[in-house]
Amino acid sequence: MIEAVGLTKRYGEKLAVNDLSFTVKPGQVTGFLGPNGAGKSTTMRMILGLDAPTSGSVTVGGRPFRRIAYPLREVGALLDAKAVHGGRSAYNHLLCLAQTNNLPKRRVEEVLGLVGLTAVAKKRSKGFSLGMGQRLGIAAALLGDPKVLMFDEPVNGLDPEGILWIRNLMKALAAEGRTVFVSSHLMSEMENTADHLIVIGRGRLVADCTVQEFIDNNSELSIRVRTPEPAKLSGLLADKGAIVRNDGEEGELLVTKFGMSDIGDLAFDNQVRIHELSPIQASLEQAFMELTKDSVEYHAAVPAGKAASA
Amino acid sequence: MSTITDATTPAPAAFPGLTPLPPATGRAGIGGALRSEWTKIRSVKSTVWTLSAAVVISVGIGALASWGQSSHTTESAARLATEDLTARTMSGIFLGQLVMVVFGALAVTSEYSTGMIRTSLSAQPRRLQMFLAKLVVVALVAFVVGEIISFASFFIGAHFWSAKGIHLSLSAPHEALQAVIGGGLYLAGAALLAFGIGAALRHTAGTITLGVFLLFVATVIVNFMPQSWQADIDKYLPANAGSQVWSTQHTADVGTAFGAWAGFGVYMVYAVIALIAGLWVFQRKDA
Repeated sequence: MIEAVGLTKRYGEKLAVNDLSFTVKPGQVTGFLGPNGAGKSTTMRMILGLDAPTSGSVTVGGRPFRRIAYPLREVGALLDAKAVHGGRSAYNHLLCLAQTNNLPKRRVEEVLGLVGLTAVAKKRSKGFSLGMGQRLGIAAALLGDPKVLMFDEPVNGLDPEGILWIRNLMKALAAEGRTVFVSSHLMSEMENTADHLIVIGRGRLVADCTVQEFIDNNSELSIRVRTPEPAKLSGLLADKGAIVRNDGEEGELLVTKFGMSDIGDLAFDNQVRIHELSPIQASLEQAFMELTKDSVEYHAAVPAGKAASA
Repeated sequence: MSTITDATTPAPAAFPGLTPLPPATGRAGIGGALRSEWTKIRSVKSTVWTLSAAVVISVGIGALASWGQSSHTTESAARLATEDLTARTMSGIFLGQLVMVVFGALAVTSEYSTGMIRTSLSAQPRRLQMFLAKLVVVALVAFVVGEIISFASFFIGAHFWSAKGIHLSLSAPHEALQAVIGGGLYLAGAALLAFGIGAALRHTAGTITLGVFLLFVATVIVNFMPQSWQADIDKYLPANAGSQVWSTQHTADVGTAFGAWAGFGVYMVYAVIALIAGLWVFQRKDA
């Protein structure tokens, strides 16, 4: 269980996280979504006490992270797979982490076996591929058999096999009753993994709901209409207050804010032929784009040079 | 995967090979932090390389100086007896201290340059504990290596001088033992100074530059100052104050230099100031 109350982080002029309050519950995968720069990583760093909040507080299992008796037994985190000393072997990397929490040495060997790195345990992690580095990070997160797991963009840059492995791992961890908190800017990934969503944009909470609620509340059903007379039909629909887009194929219209039967009736009444009339289910991706449009627009308005450094 | 709903076995299928952890009592403390820091320091090649370099450079230069002087000196034995030959056997320390600066700096700045610090603090977020554990391990390792350097330098130097008929031993002059032990202490002090600067700056190159400046460049610069200024500043410079502890003779310097332990105290004040600054930044600043 992770509980944030009024969490705020200011870097100079920039408000990275703005009065964020949420609860991450055990037994499910909670997706932490937002466009790049929304404050996801900063929030996770504050959960771990790496960054001190400007105001507000966050607890894990009812305590600030720094006061937990055995931090690795409570929280396993993978924030950045590259945050290792590349000159140290995988085994020694995990050993030095395990020792801080008085975890037995055999646990290091066990987690190495679990993630499939036993064969390279004595190799320096400098030579690891992205996927191996990610597996080493997962091994570190699992060291203390923690109740809470946090992953920051865990599938970034992984091949499909690696993505599937992490997805199944997160689901299995949640199925055991653990709290799993995973950030991503990839909606499609969350759609397949998460049960619950916390969405932020520009450091603010924009949604805290189940995946289905998120889609239902934040996206409208749109209807695809194919007609040989697109100009006439879009004029008629616009007069009735429908939103019509014709940026697809020739003769194809995307209609929102107007029912499917209403479109059919309108076409019939005006003798417009219709070749297709089909509903389009909005994906999480679209719902997310819709919801965070403001923050994305904000970033797009920044000159290119500044945006790159932000 | 079809048996995953079997509630009697809590999903061992998903995590093969994991056995339950022993129950924990108390809290993660300094003992574990010390073991962890020892693992960290012994498991990277930079430690082995810098410490080997420190030994080779210090002992090598000391041996070369002792050999060169003992075999080419034109001074009489009586004249030589008034000189601090004990300290001279350890003259490699002047360069060895710079390598110790690199060792002390890397022990802390490599955590930042690699990003490891964030992983370390995610396992042990109580920063004072991690800082102290790292400090103790660095101090002990630097002290042991420093003593190896000073004793090796002394015995090699004594060997060369004995060929010349001058016998240096740890019991004569009576400060000899203090000076030789002091050589190792001085080198450990250099590592601690760099450790403190490293924790404050979090930057390898900057830390080494400042450490080398304080221990080496500052001494050179003061040599170019007017005599009257030198008299006031000279003895307070870290290298000058600290080197008193690895010297046997102070009578010639009375009034212009500190005694052995007073000098070492002044030297350690620099290290302690750096360590306090480092701890302050380590505790306060976001990692």
